[in-house]
Amino acid sequence: MSDKAIDVKELTRTFGSFTAVDHISFDVTSGEVFGFLGANGAGKTTAIRMLIGLLEPSAGTARVAGYDVYKESEAIKRNIGYMSQRFSLYEDLTPRENIRLYGGIYGLTLKQIRERTDRVLTRLGLGRVADDQVRSLPLGWRQKLAFSVALIHEPRIVFLDEPTSGVDPVTRRQFWELIYEAAAAGTTVLVTTHYMDEAEYCDRISIMVAGRIGAIGTPAELKQQFGVASIDELFVKLARPGAA
Amino acid sequence: MNAVAVEALVKKFPSTSRRAGGAIALDRVSFDVGAGELFGFIGPDGGGKTTLFRILVTLLKPDAGRATVLGRDVVKEFRALRQKVGYMAGRFSLYPDLSVEENLRFFASVFGTTIESEHARIAPIYSQLEPFRDRRAAALSGGMKQKLALCCALVHRPEILILDEPTTGVDAVSRREFWELLGTLKQGGLTVVVSTPYMDEANRCDRIALIHRGHLLAVDSPDGIIRAFDRPLLGVRAGARYKALLALRQYEHANSVYPFGDVIHYTDTRTDAPLEQLTADVRALLASQGFDDASVERIEPTVEDTFIARTGSPDEELKAGVA
Repeated sequence: MSDKAIDVKELTRTFGSFTAVDHISFDVTSGEVFGFLGANGAGKTTAIRMLIGLLEPSAGTARVAGYDVYKESEAIKRNIGYMSQRFSLYEDLTPRENIRLYGGIYGLTLKQIRERTDRVLTRLGLGRVADDQVRSLPLGWRQKLAFSVALIHEPRIVFLDEPTSGVDPVTRRQFWELIYEAAAAGTTVLVTTHYMDEAEYCDRISIMVAGRIGAIGTPAELKQQFGVASIDELFVKLARPGAA
Repeated sequence: MNAVAVEALVKKFPSTSRRAGGAIALDRVSFDVGAGELFGFIGPDGGGKTTLFRILVTLLKPDAGRATVLGRDVVKEFRALRQKVGYMAGRFSLYPDLSVEENLRFFASVFGTTIESEHARIAPIYSQLEPFRDRRAAALSGGMKQKLALCCALVHRPEILILDEPTTGVDAVSRREFWELLGTLKQGGLTVVVSTPYMDEANRCDRIALIHRGHLLAVDSPDGIIRAFDRPLLGVRAGARYKALLALRQYEHANSVYPFGDVIHYTDTRTDAPLEQLTADVRALLASQGFDDASVERIEPTVEDTFIARTGSPDEELKAGVA
């Protein structure tokens, strides 16, 4: 298998006469933290839904974890993790029950579930609240737990959709340390965010503009290429051309 | 007269499984907002922003304390107040099946007015929405939805705007545009009270309150908040950023070490040591561990640095059972 965790060529999706994703091409290397940025409505969500096997493309090719998005979408779902701000854990279950549920869905053995439950609870320091309902935990803790649950079946790639929205500043940074840890262990991470400082934590980023990829590279390369001081500035420049 | 005057406001919610005796959403919160001020509440989810705003707009009664908005008591004079307050709830609460124009027309009619007679007031915002006037609200982008909600909150000519997290989940460009609109409204003399979890938006406000777990940590101008940061802040850059971060965290004199974009923000426990010594020591530490390309310099703190310094790590609190 190649070292490309995600390999996308000319991927396109139309809805009627509207082209949401317009011939995008990019790849993500194994173990890379890839920031997938873009304004609301630029096509990020449509692109991600194609990559995780939930939406069939109109044209182009994409392989995720080595599997074809047209023919092997079920294999993709088994080999990726996914978490979003909107839905991640069952709030009326406890942390322990959530881990067991997702472990079961992904076909882990009871022994594996036991071991990984202990590992996650210890790593996150959640031992005291392991049997409390998730809804009673602070948002930041729920999000860190959700990330660990998304990794419970040790997927090759994890997709994170605005994982840190509304989270306090310290927890936001702790969350990114979990991302770095996962990447150091070889997991590929594709993450979207509206915090532009977080874009700078990524190994590489792409910025989608009106269905196309407007820029792609390391944060340092892009700042140099576009002559801007920050990714925030670049984002504004690309997403609203003509503005200051 | 202050536009908002709040004194020792308390709100509790019934107990959850973990918190016998109930959770305190607001714990003796006091502040004033001057007429014509753009005033921001900055803090993460769960801090009490929404509870506070719901009390100010008469949707929730406080358990103790007193709040007046435009000189009117939020409990006793709620009916008179509702005519004068423009409110945007944190959750998108317009009618998704109605078009842009239909939503606006509906909210105007509820308050006994029309789009046409209010046109001058809402024009700066409505002009950006007009190309989409026939589109259903559900089909708008996040940024456009928020502009429509702002327009609907303005259509009855309120004397104060209270906006609960209008920019959450909205992209960086639309956020910037939204704040420009708020600046325009302030120029027109409107008092604006707004909350946000994005600390970089603090500088757009005349004054801000940092809010966390039902307490106000500080109320001041953004500059005043930053000046209160009481020790030198060092900015560290290194190619291997994450490894450098871990190395700094192991350093015996490290007080706080956090990544901010491509810079690591570092403070030292030795508060009385001269700056030259601190930078030299940190540089030497990094060099000794092989970070040859590392640079260390003093930098200006941000509102977010202050917030972190005032709240500390939530880990410690959870482990100690405070959370």
